[in-house]
Amino acid sequence: MQTNETKKTGASAFLGKMVRKQVMIPLAALLILFLFNLIMDPSFFKIELGYNSAGNPVLSGFLITILDSGSELAILAIGMTLVTAATGGQDISVGATTAIAGSVLLRVLCGTNSRPETLQAPIIVAFLAACVVAMLFGAFNGVLVAVFKIQPMIATLILYTAGRSIAAWINNNELPVVSDKTLTYFGEFIPGIPIPTPFFIAVACMIVIGLVLKFTNLRLYTQAVGINENSSRLNGLNPVFIKILSFVILGLCVAVVGLIKVSRISTINYSVIAKDIEMDAILAVALGGNALSGGKFNMTASIIGAYVIQCLTTTLYKFQVRSDALPAYKAIVVIVLVIVSAPVVREKFNAFMAKRKVKEAA
Amino acid sequence: MKRKLVSVLVCAAMAATVLAGCGNKAAETTTTDTAAEETTEEAADTAASGDLIKVGIINNDPNESGYRTANDADMKAMFTEENGYEASFAYSLKNDEQITAAQKFIQDGVDYLLLSAADTAGWDTVLMDAQAAGTRVILFDRTIDADESLYEASIVSDMEAEGQTAVDWLAGQGLEEYNIIHIQGVMGSAAQQGRTGALDAMVEANDNWNLVTQQTAEWNAEKAQQIVQSVIDSGEEFNVIYAENDDMAKGAVAALDKANISHGVDGDVIIMGFDTNTWALEELLAGNWNYDGQCNPFQASYIDEVIKTIESGGTIEQKVIIMEEKGFDAETITQEDIDTYGI
Amino acid sequence: MEENAVLQMRNIHKSFPGVKALSGVDFTLRKGEIHALMGENGAGKSTLIKVLTGVYTKDEGHIYLDGHEKEVAIRSPQEAQKLGISPVYQEITLCPNLSVAENMYIGRTPGAMQNWRKMNKDADRLLKSLDIPAKATQQLSTCSIAVQQMIAIARAVDTDCKVLILDEPTSSLDEQEVEKLFKLMRDLRERGVGIIFVTHFLDQVYEVCDRITVMRDGCLVGEYEIKDLPRVQLVSKMLGKELDDLSDIHGEYKSYEKKEGELPVFEVEKLHSNAGIKPFNFHIDKGEVNGFTGLLGSGRSECVRAIFGADHVVGGTVKKNGKTVKITKPIDAMRQGIGYLPEDRKRDGIIGDLSVRDNIILAQQVLRGFLKPYSRAEADKIADEYIKLLNIKTASADTPIKSLSGGNQQKVILARWLLTHPEYLILDEPTRGIDVGTKVDIQKLVLKLASEGMSVTFISSEMDEMLRTCSRLIVMRDRRVVGELTGSDLNQTSIMSTIAGGDK
Repeated sequence: MQTNETKKTGASAFLGKMVRKQVMIPLAALLILFLFNLIMDPSFFKIELGYNSAGNPVLSGFLITILDSGSELAILAIGMTLVTAATGGQDISVGATTAIAGSVLLRVLCGTNSRPETLQAPIIVAFLAACVVAMLFGAFNGVLVAVFKIQPMIATLILYTAGRSIAAWINNNELPVVSDKTLTYFGEFIPGIPIPTPFFIAVACMIVIGLVLKFTNLRLYTQAVGINENSSRLNGLNPVFIKILSFVILGLCVAVVGLIKVSRISTINYSVIAKDIEMDAILAVALGGNALSGGKFNMTASIIGAYVIQCLTTTLYKFQVRSDALPAYKAIVVIVLVIVSAPVVREKFNAFMAKRKVKEAA
Repeated sequence: MKRKLVSVLVCAAMAATVLAGCGNKAAETTTTDTAAEETTEEAADTAASGDLIKVGIINNDPNESGYRTANDADMKAMFTEENGYEASFAYSLKNDEQITAAQKFIQDGVDYLLLSAADTAGWDTVLMDAQAAGTRVILFDRTIDADESLYEASIVSDMEAEGQTAVDWLAGQGLEEYNIIHIQGVMGSAAQQGRTGALDAMVEANDNWNLVTQQTAEWNAEKAQQIVQSVIDSGEEFNVIYAENDDMAKGAVAALDKANISHGVDGDVIIMGFDTNTWALEELLAGNWNYDGQCNPFQASYIDEVIKTIESGGTIEQKVIIMEEKGFDAETITQEDIDTYGI
Repeated sequence: MEENAVLQMRNIHKSFPGVKALSGVDFTLRKGEIHALMGENGAGKSTLIKVLTGVYTKDEGHIYLDGHEKEVAIRSPQEAQKLGISPVYQEITLCPNLSVAENMYIGRTPGAMQNWRKMNKDADRLLKSLDIPAKATQQLSTCSIAVQQMIAIARAVDTDCKVLILDEPTSSLDEQEVEKLFKLMRDLRERGVGIIFVTHFLDQVYEVCDRITVMRDGCLVGEYEIKDLPRVQLVSKMLGKELDDLSDIHGEYKSYEKKEGELPVFEVEKLHSNAGIKPFNFHIDKGEVNGFTGLLGSGRSECVRAIFGADHVVGGTVKKNGKTVKITKPIDAMRQGIGYLPEDRKRDGIIGDLSVRDNIILAQQVLRGFLKPYSRAEADKIADEYIKLLNIKTASADTPIKSLSGGNQQKVILARWLLTHPEYLILDEPTRGIDVGTKVDIQKLVLKLASEGMSVTFISSEMDEMLRTCSRLIVMRDRRVVGELTGSDLNQTSIMSTIAGGDK
């Protein structure tokens, strides 16, 4: 989202400039995955138009699946990027708070009956309730981090531990099931539109955050606080407020993800919903080339990072890699990433580029 | 100061976990200990009369799964004053906490100790204490590694049998070719091993039985959805989804619905699930699914029978009692079945 | 080969992509001398030091040690260390939570085993012989910065160093501490150690050094005996131009003329913060330049921090043009038209990873509010304007501020506050650690702003700088205001005696 194209002189200068761009890190990863699939099985890129059981036109294919299933991750990556930038730490409770948000949503929709014939409240009301609750939990994390100066990972460990139990408690340990088809629109398709709804929701979130970053000072304030809290305060900023704000925004993202997740299966399983999604969200931020120690951030890169992770997951499913082995593959990605972004390697690379430049000049 | 604050908060979080864990079922008495005990208070008054049989029940956390919730509710419904029992409950997912609770029950002088152990090992000593104190032990749901002489009876599910019932049912459908998407539970769990074993053996033995994919979704609906989605996207043919629990079957069906693949009675794909959740049985009744295997959580009546036998001076002929478990077919299921067997 | 030379560097070249950092520099250090390495920021001092200590490898040139004919290759800091070249940097690179002795011997003992008693005994002996006031078993963080620096030097000395490099060692020390450090340096000179002394303080150079090597723009200007080079000449050689008399810049600007009955712009009464200063009174008129002076730690910074709301204010009142205003946090002060350039640039001033542009607009942006960001074009325009106005040397407005030299970073922070058009600007040590040319620029700027009606409070450790710029000095001692000097009292002697507190 921050591009400043200046004049390029020569192809290699252009290449060098592109390579140094942060957004290239996830794009390169995406390209590698695409190349791999192209060589192994080009049917990966096939997209078909069909009709689903409700008679709606739907697009299907691996690429659509990536856009569909990657939505939750992309939305969480937005909030996680801000939290990372402002606090230099990560929120590991997003999976558990997603369970809470989903639980609240279903509680409002179902009322006291766990299997209602009709919805007890409009979906928008339930969603707003979930937003409020998720933002409150976000604020709780934020207060621990900003006011009590607890490391984010430790502070959010509390909800990571307790969140799923709280989610179960909200619905009295019952598993509400919603039979109303309208709820499925958010996780599947809206009649007549062949593209999965979660993708639209993700795009809407991206547009919103894009506008917010453009028309407010969120980026400047968040970065300033993340880089130098003392200086920020002396420039009139309120670091405590900005850190809490970043957690509250993440809470909002969590509520949206809760809606999608619940909508996908019209019910909830407290112990497994959005399981381990926090690790993927953090990985998306890292894959976007953002420093996990906070400060400057690139939102576009984080979002692409999220889709790269989904692309990896889908590719591995396609090749029938055991799904319980997926974390091992993600670990490999993390290792490669850490090595590539290590200062030592960057220096070597820059030195190499400089040498090439000198040679070309000669 | 900061450290103190963290530890206080973490403790608070744990307490919240426990409280939430006991949830509605434990609402009548508040507990703060993880291996919490609840004594039905009004029962204590009449305990002196000696009419009531004192039982101490040690179970896993009812929040663990729908199965456990149903199991706990069943126990609570059976062991009441009206039925002639004075019951105390203790819950934990940890073996050592369960053992502590067991020792306390023995000291309290319960007549029967009903145990669903978190772990199979480590129970010998405490069971010997029980024997010395004259407390009779009945195991339910889970077996332990201890000599049979240390307990009166063990009432368990046979997961292999559950799997076999399901696979036999599937074989009975008489398809020309079986192309199966097999979605497994958490690898290594008893339910996964039992339900996978039967299917694997069948696929091994028959040429017209093929596994399109065999993946674990770890009891998770979303993962199951992704696995099936992946098979659909790659365009492979399949006509059976064998999911090792209801949640995963639901996730699989969500993927089919998206891709307009018909399923259930008269559909292209046979849907099979386990655990007989009420909502799953309703899917069966609606014809969206084809089969659901029971994993019976209702051990209370079996235990009651064992206790009655012992109290009336009879002997238990077979120590290991395997519960009757049904498989439900969409074509024959009734609303009555749902009301009786749904959990 | 020159006699007595412990180090000779000949024809050193070093290039970075796009920049020639060193071209054909010679440098000679003799046994038992203190040799000042002088030059403006960006003259190549640091690069030369880094080549010498193995941080950078030279592109061309030769380095000889101890008068040997055979040149040495220095490829890493470890190799430099082995050859007896030890640097002590401005920022202490020791471990604050280890003991003094551990810091002195860490990483130097063969094998994993450590004889703690012997180590502590050796450390104590060395500390005593160098007259460093520290105990071997004391935790390092409990020592003052000056002592920590001396311990770093002791560590270097104990590694049998022949060439000791002190890079801006005095910038965070007060005068007494500087004296102690100089004593240590002279001690070491007696022992035959060659010392390279990099500093911006001219006084200190003339106090302690024997020779001066001047660099400019990556080239050698010359090597001089200290007695042959008067200050003015040194400065003009560093700047590469004849300099108008530094001490007389006051006359260039007319001071702002106070109108009859005008109330002070800001007036504080019994202001009192949690940073340990006694309640103090203070006022500043429109167009006035005044200053807080006193020894390091006397509370001068704490006073201005209290006015700006940077520390937690616990009592007192602030009046603006006679009306009481409430200032509890920096944003309140900013809304009242106060700007504050903090003492610790790195900790409180710059936002290191952000661009020069973002650093310039930050304070004004905060004043404008969350929902009114400058557009990219506006921000660029502002940044370019101030980069030009203050002559900030940066590759572009996009460059992260942390990659600028100290002086230019300071100018960016100055630009940040000028952009807010404050009525009252507080500058706490604006010239610390920056080169002479920039210092004069900043002093001139302060006087110009004041002549236009801005009130400025100026704090500096360099007394002559204060005397040149301020028309009124508030003197502090032991965290309380002890005097106020104006007019003919503004001279070194009376300041000294007020600080000292005697009736001399």
